[in-house]
Amino acid sequence: MVNWIWLFFIVASVVVAAITGKMDAVTQAAFEGAKSGVTVSFGLISIMVFWLGMMRIAEDAGLLQKLARMLGPVVRKLFPDVPRNHPAIGYIMSNLSANLFGLGNAATPMGIKAMQELQKLNPDPETATPAMCTLLALNTSSITIIPTTLIAIRMNYGSANPAEIIGTTLAATFVATSAAILADRYYRRKSPPPPAAPVLQKNSKLKAAPPVTGGEPVV
Amino acid sequence: MYNLFTSLSAWMIPAIIVFIPLYAALRRKVPVYETFVEGAKDGFGTAINIIPHLVGMMVAISMFRASGALELMLSAVRPLFDWAGIPSEVLPLGILRPLTGAGSLAFTTDLIQTFGPDSMIGRIASTIQGSTDTTLYVLTVYFGAIGIRRTRYALKVGLFSDLVGFLAAIFICLYIFG
Repeated sequence: MVNWIWLFFIVASVVVAAITGKMDAVTQAAFEGAKSGVTVSFGLISIMVFWLGMMRIAEDAGLLQKLARMLGPVVRKLFPDVPRNHPAIGYIMSNLSANLFGLGNAATPMGIKAMQELQKLNPDPETATPAMCTLLALNTSSITIIPTTLIAIRMNYGSANPAEIIGTTLAATFVATSAAILADRYYRRKSPPPPAAPVLQKNSKLKAAPPVTGGEPVV
Repeated sequence: MYNLFTSLSAWMIPAIIVFIPLYAALRRKVPVYETFVEGAKDGFGTAINIIPHLVGMMVAISMFRASGALELMLSAVRPLFDWAGIPSEVLPLGILRPLTGAGSLAFTTDLIQTFGPDSMIGRIASTIQGSTDTTLYVLTVYFGAIGIRRTRYALKVGLFSDLVGFLAAIFICLYIFG
């Protein structure tokens, strides 16, 4: 799906630009986009380095495991295929709480770290597991309690009550997150997780391969 | 209420930064500085891994906007909004929001500036901007960092929840402030 969306953006851009005569702008935009991709990634370096260092201390001190145990029941319901005491649960929890409190720049490194931990459980490293999809769904619907940036902007433009959108934002977030969880559940059930089959295949290939290619037993 | 929240979030990060190493050093005798450096090493490589993914996505999105294709897409949906009695000024936000965080924030700021923060459009835009995240960015960064190629149903779920959040924001605002 990502492949098609990407292709659609590029093809549609050039076709529309050909009609509207904005070809120069499109060329310029392509390189501007490339530049901002690099800029954003470089901006990520500092926060990634900082938060991953911090979180390693938390992990070594057993704080993540504590967090995982405290809020475990909810997360276990959402991530049934992640083992109870796996470090992934701790990182997922930190990611979700960072989102909740609007600590945007802490949420991303923890989310990525959680993904890396989930990747360790993944039998096929190029295909997303259901747990990864669930974590992504929770992050894209962004469970925020206080939209601080927006309150600041509203204040800036002289709102009589800058914080009046907290309630509506909370309600909308709740609806969006519920929709994400339900849709995720639906697809998870509809597409049975492939892990079991590829693992077996890989293993049997590994076991079967040496006699065929090697000819003589090595041991 | 707002002051409480802002001072709470101002204290949050320093509190975390102090608590984690302090607890680790005192209770678990963790060599905090060395552990920090050890964990921090991973950060650089991870961020670098994301570059190709982010560049690919940002190129496509910025071309799409610059060519006028986005505007064309919007004009196709606009009549539907007018028919439903929804201010169509917020429509671009519904499409921009999942694609680009910076772009949609700029658009929201523009709407707030033009129509005022306390207008219906300003309130709806604020709510939309605050209630969902940039799905394509999150997907690119999270899956890019670990090299996932087959994303299965993740994008579908993300975009679906964006749509639901967008519509929910509009109707909740129309109901509460209307």
